[in-house]
Formats: sequence, C-alpha cells, structure tokens
Amino acid sequence: MATLEIRDLRVTVEADNATKEILKGVDLTVKQGETHAIMGPNGSGKSTLAYSLAGHPKYTITGGTVTLDGEDVLEMSVDERARAGLFLAMQYPVEVPGVSVSNFLRTSATAVRGEAPKLRTWVKEVKEAMERLNMDPSFAERNVNEGFSGGEKKRHEILQLELLKPKVAILDETDSGLDVDALRVVSEGVNRVRETGEVGTLLITHYTRILRYIKPDHVHVFAGGRIVESGGAELADKLENEGYEAYTKGGASE
Amino acid sequence: MAEAQNIPVGSTTAGQIAVAAESTVATRMSAPPSFDVQDFPVPHGREEEWRFTPLERLRGLHDGTAVAAGEGVKVAVEAPEGVTVEVVDRDDPRLGRAGTPVDRVAAQAYSAFEQAGVVTVPKETVLTEPIRIAVHGEGGVRYGHQVVELGAFAEAVVVIDHTGDAVLAANVEYVLGDGAKLTVVSVQDWDDKAVHVAQHSALVGRDASFKSVVVTFGGDVVRLHPRVSYAGPGAEAELFGLYFTDAGQHHEHRLLVDHNVPHCKSNVVYKGALQGESAHAVWIGDVLIEARAEGTDTYEMNRNLVLTDGARVDSVPNLEIETGEIVGAGHASATGRFDDEQLFYLMARGIPADEARRLVVRGFFAELVQQIAVPDIEERLLAKIETELEATV
Repeated sequence: MATLEIRDLRVTVEADNATKEILKGVDLTVKQGETHAIMGPNGSGKSTLAYSLAGHPKYTITGGTVTLDGEDVLEMSVDERARAGLFLAMQYPVEVPGVSVSNFLRTSATAVRGEAPKLRTWVKEVKEAMERLNMDPSFAERNVNEGFSGGEKKRHEILQLELLKPKVAILDETDSGLDVDALRVVSEGVNRVRETGEVGTLLITHYTRILRYIKPDHVHVFAGGRIVESGGAELADKLENEGYEAYTKGGASE
Repeated sequence: MAEAQNIPVGSTTAGQIAVAAESTVATRMSAPPSFDVQDFPVPHGREEEWRFTPLERLRGLHDGTAVAAGEGVKVAVEAPEGVTVEVVDRDDPRLGRAGTPVDRVAAQAYSAFEQAGVVTVPKETVLTEPIRIAVHGEGGVRYGHQVVELGAFAEAVVVIDHTGDAVLAANVEYVLGDGAKLTVVSVQDWDDKAVHVAQHSALVGRDASFKSVVVTFGGDVVRLHPRVSYAGPGAEAELFGLYFTDAGQHHEHRLLVDHNVPHCKSNVVYKGALQGESAHAVWIGDVLIEARAEGTDTYEMNRNLVLTDGARVDSVPNLEIETGEIVGAGHASATGRFDDEQLFYLMARGIPADEARRLVVRGFFAELVQQIAVPDIEERLLAKIETELEATV
C-alpha cells in the first residue's frame, strides 16, 4: 500500500532579500485510500506544503524527510516525483501557449505510464473522462490553460488526475474560485478517483464548503507553518462554526 | 546592448495603426527607393531603417568596402523539365520589375552584381517537383540578383537554400503572371559567421497567389526585406516566417505589403524562438493600404518565444490605412517567455525538462512548418529545431 510520509519538514523561501521559514516542522502520513483535509488561514503555509512536495524550485528544503513507499521524494526532480506517483492539482494552473491539451495529456500520460497509450483506447479514455467533467470536446484542441476560465482550469486539473491515476494526489485549493455547479462537477471527479481506493488524497482548502462533497477521513488544522490540531470530520464542523481565530491569535510565532 | 532579463524591460512590441494622407512607411526611410547605391547615404545606425541593425557586423556591405571576390559563393539551380534557367547580363529587360531597392545594401547589390539568374516557368505550366536554387558560400563576398517568373496560370514551388559561409547582398524578384501560383521557401541555414542582407520583392498578378515561407536559423547577421505589391485585383499574398535566433545572432525581417490595387488579400504570420545571450530578433511588419485599394483584406501577426534570459526581441507592426472601404485589416504582436513556471507545470505532469521544452517549441512552430509543403525541407527544419533545442539544455 502506497504511503506518503512527511517528517519534520522545514522549508524556507527567499523574499525581499531575506530568507523566511514557512514550514516549521510538518508531520503527516497519507496512505493509499485515505483522504486528509488540510485547512488553515491564508498565509499559514498550506500551499507551500503542496508546492514543496511537488518540488517547485522556489522553495528550499532545510530539514526533514519526505518518502513515498520508502523512496526519498526530496532527492527526486519534479518530473521524477510525478512519475513516482505524486500529483499536484494547482491552485493557479499555468498557461502553456502553443501546446494543445490533447498533445499535453498524451505526452504526460506517456511519461507517467512509461509507454505511449494505445491511440484508439486513449482517445476513448480522454473523451469519456472529459464528458464526465462536462468538458466540451473542443477543449482538447485549445492550448493548455490559455484563455481558460477559472472553472475550466480546475476541471482540466481534475481531468489530469483521472487520467494519470497517481498514488498520492495533492489538491491545492481546487475549490477556490468555483461556483457551486463547478464545485460539484470537480468534486465528483475527485470522488471517482478516491472510490478506486488506490489514491491517497491531500485536500488543501481554506473553506469547509468542499468537504460537503468530498468527505475526509482526517482533518488537520494548519497554522504558522505546521499542523496544530488533527481530528476526524467533526473538526471541520468546528472550524465552520468557530473559524481559525483560535489558531491564529497568539498562535504560532513568526 | 541592453540585456533582457524579462520581456517588459528588455524587448519592445510597439504597434501602430496610422490613418494618414502621407505614408509614414515612405517617410520613415532615409532615402526614396532607387537602383543606384549613390542615392543612399552610408548609414550611421540612427536611421529608422537601420536603428536595430549592428552595422559593424555587416562586413562592409553597407558602406561600399565589401568587394565581391571570385568564386566564394556558388549558385546552383536544379529545375524540372519545362523550366528555363538562364544567366543574363545586367541590361536584361526582365530585371528590376518587381521592386526597387529600398535601402543602401539592396541598392549596393543592384549596382554591383555582374550577372543575374532568371528562372522562368512558362504560362500554364504546372510543376509537380520544386525548383531548387542552392546558394552555398565558401567564404566569399557576393552581390547577387535572381528573378523567378511565372507565366499566366503557371504553378511552382521554389526552394532557395542558403548554406555555408558567405557575405551576401542580393535582390530576389518574383514576378507572377495572372492566375499564377508560386510558393517560395527561402531557407537561411548559414554557418555561424555568414552575413546575408537581401530584398525579396514580389509582384503578384491579377488573381495570382503568392506564398513565401522564410526560414532563418543560421548566420551571424541575416536581414531580409520580403516585400509584396500587386499588379492586378483578386490577388493574394501569404507571408510566413520562422526564425530560431541563438546566442549572438541577429535576425531581422522587415516586411512590406503594399496594397496598391483593389480587392487583394494579404496574410502575414512570423514566429520566432530565441535563446542565449544577446540573441536579437527584429520584426518590422509594414502594411500599407493605399487610397485606391478598396476591398483589401489584410492581417499580420508576429509571435516570439523567448527561451532563456539575455535574448532581445523588437517587434513593430505598422498598419497604414488610406481608405475605409476595406474588408478587414488587423495586426498583432506578442512576445512571451518559456518560463520556469511553465517548465514546472509540465514537469509536474511527469514530462522531463528537455521534452517539455521540445513540446513547447514544436507546438509554437507547428502551424508554420505545415505551410512549407516540401517534405524534405520540413524534415530538415524539424531536425534543426531539435538540434537547436539540444544546445539549450
């Protein structure tokens, strides 16, 4: 069973000619089939956690370990992490002019699966996955994320999640900027992948709204660069009622 | 030279649509067009038409000090049956019809060439194989002149292939009879030190179609003037260009489409990728719709993709409209960067860095490569793109 283990992860970022520590010792274990929600106020370091796990060059790891099935993730390049089974659905997916969605998906699937998918089954696979996400077929011929609406970008991220079938999926504020209909479509996509039981999900969010559609097994409160409280789904209800104030007031120091 | 750390600072994309009685395209030049080099002052670099060009690297083409030397540049023409290939003297009446030199180097070439090549496709002859003109430099200096003429309703593809090392100034004329169809692919695949300055003038007959694909990869300095004017209504011109500008290279494409006749079309698409320190690409796209050119339909676009720091792009589309009675007129120019965020996004989907870069550049050029329609040139071009990209990683 695939397991992502994060131990005492410490991360800094360079900003305004100064080094700032953002993650201050994160401990978390995500197993295949589990869904963990990470909730926290703005600026708590949630997205830094997501991007550090994916290997974004902006972040410097200063301590701790991350392993996927015992393999050292921090030693891997960004593409190696993806091929090892990590997937990050981004909050702000990047426009890539000149590269069509269909070409991008096929290149990515070829890289992650280790061989080019057979063309005929692949076309069908993509078409069906797009239909389930209410994506127009013309989408495949557009350039990656270029001119996409917020909802289209997020659906495109979840389309990739469905096609790439990672071991661990990190969803970075996938719910932000979505209206209720889009949120439902995107959540259904995530749930389809979860129901296979083959993916561990790390759902990073500011709001509890998405948790009505995607039920977490574990909820963690993130504040001041670390997990400050963990519990079951009931913890989300508490946050819904009380907000993050209890964790930010005189909470973690800078 | 200013170094581009990012696009807004290091490069310019200036667009202009002028609606004026007096053409700024004409008045921006330091002298009116002429066949005589003496009519042009030696440029000093601040003239509008020279301000982007590194004169000191032109090896004397601009100031009369470059002297044509012997057999240093060879021209070989390979043509299918039915095509007439001639070498003619300066006084041949078929020379100088498609356009007059617009700058000092083109006028220098016209004033200095000794013999000209004339390739003629007789009327109603439809070729199935391309005409190939190979220009190969072996370190020499050459002033060249080439005419390609298609009779009425003739159809042909011409490939002009520039290779080797040369200092070359030339005028190339394309004369299209009524209803003729000509595709010209001009490949600048020079060695690193070559200097190539040329004016390509097309005169497009009534109901004729002219398509030009300019592919510039090599050389130290390449500066081309693809120009089109029309001899009758109903004609169309498509000008496509593709350049890959490496560290230290200067590639400059200065286009003019002169809508001097009613009911003609033009479509211009130039795309360039740049990489490396002091790579410099210049694109000037002038479209002039004269007062009499009612029913004109024109669009021009330039896109640049900057792959690394240190490269610079100057892109200036300029559209002049002297009549409102037109079908359409538009222009666009944009310079984008292949940046770390795009690279991260593609890599985060399992795609290795070199493959990611290839994906982006191939996608960027794909629509233009398809326009070439000469399979061996397309393959060579794709291979060339791969080689250029390997140099980046």
